[in-house]
Order: sequence, then structure tokens, then C-alpha cells
Amino acid sequence: MTTSSPILAEADAARDQRATGRLPLAWLLALGAFLAFWLLAKPYLPTAFDYPKAHVIKLAKWISAAMKWLIDEASFGLFSFTDLTRFISAVLDVPYTVASSLLSTGFLEGSGSSAIQIVPPLPWIAVIGLVMLLGHWLGGRSLALLSGACFLFLAVFGQWTSAMITLASILVAAPLGVIFGLLFGIAAWRWRWLERIIMPLLDLMQTIPVFAYLVPVLFLFGFGPTAAVIATLIFATPPMIRIAILSLRAVPGEIIDLGHMVGCTNRQMTWRVMVPAARESLMVGMNQVIMLSLNMVIIASMIGAGGLGFDVLAALRRLDFGAGLEAGFAIVALAIAMDRLSQAAAEKLSAPSPEGRTTGFVAKHPYLLAGLALVLLTSALSYVIPAIRTYPEALQLSTGTFWSEVVAWINVNFFDSLEAIKNAMLLNVLIPFKRFLGDLPWLGVTALLGFAGFRLGGWRLALLTTCLPLFIAVTGQWEKAMITLYLCGISAVIASLIGLPIGIYSATRDRVWAWVQLAIDTLQTLPSFVYLMPAVMLFRVGDFTAMIAVVAFAVAPAIRYTALGIRKVDPKLIEAGRAMGCTEWQILTRIRLKLALPEILLGLNQTIMFALSMLVITALVGTRDLGQEVYIALTKADTGRGLVAGLSIAAIAIIADRLISAGAIHARRRLGLE
Amino acid sequence: MTNPEAKLVCRNVWKLFGADAAGFLAAHGGHPDAAAITEAGLVGAVRQVDLDVREGEIFVIMGLSGSGKSTLVRLMSRLIEPSGGDVLFKGENLLKVSEKRMIEIRRHQMGMVFQHFALLPHLTVLDNVAFPLDIQGMSRAAREARAREMIELVGLAGKERAYPRQLSGGQQQRVGIARSLAVEPEIWFLDEPFSALDPLIRREMQDEFMRLQTVLHKTIVFITHDFDEAIRLADRIAIMKDGEIVQAGTPEEIVLTPATSYVAEFTRSVARAKVIRARSLMVAAQPGDAEGPTVSDRSNISEAAPLFLDGVSHLGVTDDTGKLIGRLERDAVVSLMLRG
Repeated sequence: MTTSSPILAEADAARDQRATGRLPLAWLLALGAFLAFWLLAKPYLPTAFDYPKAHVIKLAKWISAAMKWLIDEASFGLFSFTDLTRFISAVLDVPYTVASSLLSTGFLEGSGSSAIQIVPPLPWIAVIGLVMLLGHWLGGRSLALLSGACFLFLAVFGQWTSAMITLASILVAAPLGVIFGLLFGIAAWRWRWLERIIMPLLDLMQTIPVFAYLVPVLFLFGFGPTAAVIATLIFATPPMIRIAILSLRAVPGEIIDLGHMVGCTNRQMTWRVMVPAARESLMVGMNQVIMLSLNMVIIASMIGAGGLGFDVLAALRRLDFGAGLEAGFAIVALAIAMDRLSQAAAEKLSAPSPEGRTTGFVAKHPYLLAGLALVLLTSALSYVIPAIRTYPEALQLSTGTFWSEVVAWINVNFFDSLEAIKNAMLLNVLIPFKRFLGDLPWLGVTALLGFAGFRLGGWRLALLTTCLPLFIAVTGQWEKAMITLYLCGISAVIASLIGLPIGIYSATRDRVWAWVQLAIDTLQTLPSFVYLMPAVMLFRVGDFTAMIAVVAFAVAPAIRYTALGIRKVDPKLIEAGRAMGCTEWQILTRIRLKLALPEILLGLNQTIMFALSMLVITALVGTRDLGQEVYIALTKADTGRGLVAGLSIAAIAIIADRLISAGAIHARRRLGLE
Repeated sequence: MTNPEAKLVCRNVWKLFGADAAGFLAAHGGHPDAAAITEAGLVGAVRQVDLDVREGEIFVIMGLSGSGKSTLVRLMSRLIEPSGGDVLFKGENLLKVSEKRMIEIRRHQMGMVFQHFALLPHLTVLDNVAFPLDIQGMSRAAREARAREMIELVGLAGKERAYPRQLSGGQQQRVGIARSLAVEPEIWFLDEPFSALDPLIRREMQDEFMRLQTVLHKTIVFITHDFDEAIRLADRIAIMKDGEIVQAGTPEEIVLTPATSYVAEFTRSVARAKVIRARSLMVAAQPGDAEGPTVSDRSNISEAAPLFLDGVSHLGVTDDTGKLIGRLERDAVVSLMLRG
């Protein structure tokens, strides 16, 4: 094993030399060539600037045709493809109907307006009581109060019905997502070949924007809550699969040996040894699935999920800020309650506490019995006192008018200054940058990306970073992709400019960091939809508004990674720096920031990913990029168009991700961290 | 050639890591040399191991990290599939038995203790110890009774309802030991059981282990990287280096006649008086020795030495039956002890 090390060392030395000596020169040459091509080649090679329309591959049409064929003609012999999708819908419809009946509509006989309610839904007091019991069981009194307050908020501000519809979708989608994710993860853990197939798919699925999922789902499963649940499942399951694989792989080898030594069969090995041993990290996955489900259920209101997401969407369309904000706050309340509850569940279930052995059913299950008693009691009482069943309207508060007035007031008093800020940004930054990017030759950009890929990661990366822009160009999306790039780029830069200083400032101050962390944690639990409303309120529709929403959404990872990177720097090095007589400024610039560079780069990467995912949603406020393409495709149920645009966005994400990751690895190696 | 009382026998056992190791081994007649292995791009983790573990003995495999000792113990229980050779357990070739039979053997006849304890974090001490029995499908009452017995045996009574994370390292390993003994194994594998513990606790656990063995009389394969531990515990030791056994024998044989300079390196700092037994130092008995003080031929020199304080010039040496078989001269003992 040691024989090859001298050769490796030599190669390392050579690489180092290349990295320090020749790298800038090569980059300069490549940039120079690119500039020359851009400025001089236009008269001679116009096709390098505007991809010829005649050669555009009509991928979108093909995909649409294939989908149509699937729906109309595809058959598996005994049953057709449509039968299959209908079957899936029907199966998923059962738990959804139960959940929504229980929480919002009540169990009905018949349908439509002639439906008769047989059993009413759970009284609102019962739901709040159950949530508080759950909170108490999982995390004690403070969690019970917090989650109870969140749900009470929903009732008091008149969002109860919508919130319960949203909750019903999550109650169906999240457990299924956890189960499917776990099963797939176990299968991929057991069979390597499956993992090799699944992993690239998961990578792709995580970069395709959420809207793009909706288009085929809409096409295959129609419009309605069940389709929304399916879209949610498709969106929320991949991270669970990934976490399941990772946590199973992280189980110590000795535990596996133990399983074999005590003579476990394969099944016992999986369910008695591996899954319990990986429980702690699997629980993290559960939290993720729940939060992603919430996010997606809100977005899936576009294909008929209803609930709070629909309220926001409808308010956006009417430009009714008050109603939109109210629904937005309700989403925030729901998100906070679900996040804290699921985190407490993860902690509780992964670290069992010793409990005295009690006998008897009552003593063993106090919470279960209290919950049952609560439900029965309130249900019975609700026949006598209707206020127990539905929150009395007289007691509802509406802040809608208040918020509308606030917005009106802001617009009356600050319209000029807001408008001035917006116009200044548009004229001096946004539009010039947009023109600049729009002007670049696609051929030159592709070549430059290929070069960057080669320098940072070798031939394989070069191949990837050449083929993906080519895909965008030949499918005729170049122009729109550049608009996406421009908005995403500017937003990521601004988010970094805000996030870096905050991260640096809070990293070395523990108390500040505790607050900042709480703030960004909360920001990250909010579904992306929520960010749109305040931005639209202040700046109405357009690129600038989109940018504000994207920056607000993408600033959290920039702060987090910067702070974590700096906090992770070995304290001994700081001490050594102090001992050498460094000033605080020198310690920051010479030691902390330098060593945190790889982490900061990863933060930039995440910022870009966040920006891209939010950008797609800002199509609702009138951008003209790939996101808009997807949105239009969604409204027209045009699968091909939506998928191709979605894949192009994924392509941009993948290029950015791979290049920055390769850069981070480079940096780590140069800093001797690897 | 096989020892009739051998419980576990390894014959020409190989483990090579790399592509088609078994084919490579067969192509070289089962005995490739080191150069050929390197040339084929393989890594020889365990090479040509022959050994037999006898009924009721503590067989210690000692080696530094990377010597292949942990791999070897996993080959013995087929946790790792050997590239070639035979592993005979009570005469049955483990490499030829079906998966089902192997599960059967592991469930009822083998026990293993792990370096990092390998306790299941979600189970209590009681459930951890009962786990192997649970896997076999034993009823709750029966397995918990048995587990309680084992917990008692290792001195953890009262901790049944604790979780592993609430115990100290030494206590955790006691749980590991109790668990491995719960199935009443015929062969007991201990893979560096005390290496992760503090020196003081380690010493205590070694004593505990010896105490258990005087009660249980298990057939034991004990892995360690600590030569002193090996000397202390072993009936016989096999020393491994680069996947091969460089010497196997009793602690005395290894200390007195190290086979290679590598082995000698370990034995140099060992106090000989604590290893060498009266039997090895005695000379022929002379008439009348039986009347004076005597020692057992199995006691080591440091145990016999205090008897000379009475001023006698020699001790009689007797075997297990009390028969006089030799005499231990004062001069020989003094010179041995002075050499260190």
C-alpha cells in the first residue's frame, strides 16, 4: 500500500505547481479568447450568438406526444396506463378522504351540494387539545403551549378550515413519504445496483424546480387534492431515501457483525438491527419530509390542493394583500408548530428515556386515553354547544383590512422613495446585467464552461459542463435561460453580500449567533410561497419584486454556512494566531476567513440552489424566464414544455453545483484540510 | 495431524482483498508468495494461517494494527468469507455449510465480544443481553430470566433497565460480555474487548475475565494488540504480522525462544519471572527433596521466589498429582530474576 505513495506525492506536487503557477495564466488566456470571440466574431458567425431556429430540437413536442400516447394508448396487457393512474388516485383518495373528513368536512353521504353530513368533523377544541397533548408528550409544557398557540392562532384569525385542509394533505403525504423513503433506502442499501440507479435520479430530482413536478402530475392525475398529494409525495420522498441510505451506511461495522453473530436472518438484520441502530438519523429525515410536504402542499394548490396555499394564490391573483398576508401568517404558524413537533418527536423517539415499568393499560397509555376522552367529550358537547364544534365567527379577528390599510398607507407615503429605489436598481444594475448576459454568444459560454469544468474537475466534469448548456441551446431555451441566470445571479450576489457580513459578525459572538440561528431556522421552515406576499405588496409585479423575494429566501444559507465555517476553524489556530500577535482583523482575514473558504463556497452553492428554486415560484409575479415557461406549461397542462424548461433549470443548477463543489474541493486541498 | 481435542481448526486460511482473489489463490496452488500477491494488485490481509484452538483453552491472537488479527477472527466465524482454506468447527467445515446452517451455528454455538461494545442504543441492558435469544425466537419470560442470570454473573445487577448511553465504558463491555454468554456458546470470540477502556479499568476487566473463565471453562479466541495482556491471559499465543502467524506457542515458549527478531522486540520488556514456570527451570530431583518445601510445576518463578526467603537453597517441584518431578535451585532463580 505504501509503494504508490511517492508517485502520489509527486503527482500532488505537480498539481500544486499547476494550481499555483499556471492556473491564473490558463484562466486569463481562456477569458481573453472568450472576450475576443464575443467582441469580434459576431459579424462572421452569427449562429454562435443566436442559436438557429431551424435546428432547434423539438424535445418538448416529443415529450408531450409521448405523454399523450401514455394516456390514450399505453397498455400493460391486462390494464392500460390510465387504469394504473386511476388506480393510484383511488388508493390515495381513501386516506385523504378520511383525513379531510375528520379535520374539515365531516363524513358525508352523497356528493356535491346534496351531500348530507353523517358525522361532523372533529371540534376545533379537540384538535387543539390533541396537538397540545402531542406537544406535551413529545416535549413537555413549553412545546404544548407553543403548538397550542399556533393552532389557536389559526382559529382566531379565521384560517381554520383552510389550514385543516392543508393539514389533511400533510397527514397523508408525510407518513407515506417516510415509509416509501425508508423502504427505497433499505432496498438501495441492500442492493448496490439499485443505489447506482437511484442516486443520479435523486440528484436530478432535487434540482428540478417544484413547478416542473406539477405539470406531469397534473397531466396524469388531473386536478384535485389527490393529485396534489401525489406531487407532494414525489417531492418529499427523495430526501428521505437519501437520508435512509446515508444513515444505514453509517451504522458501525461492529453492529452489523453483531447481527450476523447472533444469527440474524436478512429480515431480522434489517428490522431488528439496522433500522433501530440508524434511528437517530432516520428521524432527521422524518422532520425533513414533513417540512418539505408542507412546502409542496402549499405550492400544489396550483393543481387543486386547496387550503392555505390556495388562499395565498387567490389573494395574489386579486392583489388582495390583506387576505394574502393572513393566509401567509397562518402558513407560518402551521410551519412552526409542525417543525417543532417533529423535531421533538425525532429527539424523543431516538433517545428513549428510562421509564419505570408500569402495569395496566391506563397507566401505560395516559396520553392516548386522554386524547380519546377529549375527542369523545368535546364531540358530545358540541351537539349542545355549537361553539365547541366550530370557532364562533363573532370571536374571529380579521387583520385583512388592517394589512390592506398598512399597505395603502405605505404606498401613499413612501411610494416615491420605493419607486425610486426600484427604478434605480432596475436601470443601473438589473437591466444592464440582463443585456450583458443576453448578448453573450452561447457557443462561447458553453466553451468557457467546458474549460472551467476541465480546470476544476477534469474531463468528466468538462463533458458535463459542456453538454448541459448545449442541451439548453439546442432545445431553444438559451434566451430564457439567460434571464433566469441574470435574476438568479444578481439575487445570489446580493444574498451573499447580506449574508456574509451577518455570518461573519455573528460567528464569533455566541449570543448573537443563538438569535441569528433561531431566525434563519425559522426562515427556512417557511414555505417559499410565503416570501412572495410582502415583496409584491411593496413593489408590485416585475423583476425587482422577484429579486427581493429570492434574496429573502436565499439569504439564510449564506449566513448559516459562513458562520458555521468560521465557527469550525480549529480554536488552536486562533490561539496560535493570538500568540503570534495578530490583531483581531488579521485573525479574521488571515486565519478565519481563509480556512472557512471551502465552507463559504458551499454556502454560495446552497444560496444559488435556493435562489433557483425560489426564482421559479416568482413566475407568479411576472418574470420572463424559464420559470415562467414552466408556469405557463402548468396552466396549459403542456407536459413537454414544462419538463424541458424544468430540465433546463436543473441543468443550470447542476452546472453551478458541480463547478462550485469542485472549486471547494480544490480549496480544501490547497488549504491542507483534506 | 488434527489435534483430537481441537475445537476450532484453521487450515491454510487465506483472505486476499481485490478482484477474483479465490481464482488467483487456486491458480497459485493455494500458496502464492508475497511478490505474486502484490503483482496481482491484491492485498493479503490474512495469509496461510494454520492453527488449532483446543477445548477449554484461552487462545490469544496478538498483533499490531493492520496485522490481520481482526480479519482472522472474522474468518473463523465466517463474518468475512475466506478466499481459501478450511475452517473446521467441531469437525464441521464452516466454509462448506449452507447459510441456514451457519445462522444455526452462530445462534447456538458462538458468542462474540466487540472492541466498541456494539450495544444496540435503543435497547435496555436487559433487552440487549436478551437480544440473541430474542432473535432465536425464545419466549420473553425465558429469555429475560436467562439475561438476568448473565447480568448477575458480570456484576451488573440493578442496571437492567438502564440504556447503554447511561453506562461507563467498563459497564458497557460487561453488558457486551453478558450478551455474548447468554446463548451459552461453545466458542467465545473476544475482539480486543478491553482496548477501548482506560488502563485501570482494563486491568480490572482482565481480572474479571479470568474469574469468569475459572467458572465457565469456555473455549476462547481472544484478540489483542497488547502483548502484556496476551501474556497475562493466554494459555497459548499466536503472534501475527502482515497477515501471517510468525510464532505460536505458550507464553513461556514465546518469551524464552522468540522465533524472530520481531517477536523478540515484544518479549524484551516482559519480566521473565512472571512468565517462566518452575517446570522449565527445574533440574533433576535428588533424593530427599520431597521432605523440604515444594511448589507446583505450574507456578511461575515470581510466585515461587518468596519461599526461598526462609533460607532454603532449593525447592522440590511437584506435578498435579503431588509427585516429585524435579528441584528448583536458588541460584537459578536468583540469576533469572536479576536478568529481569
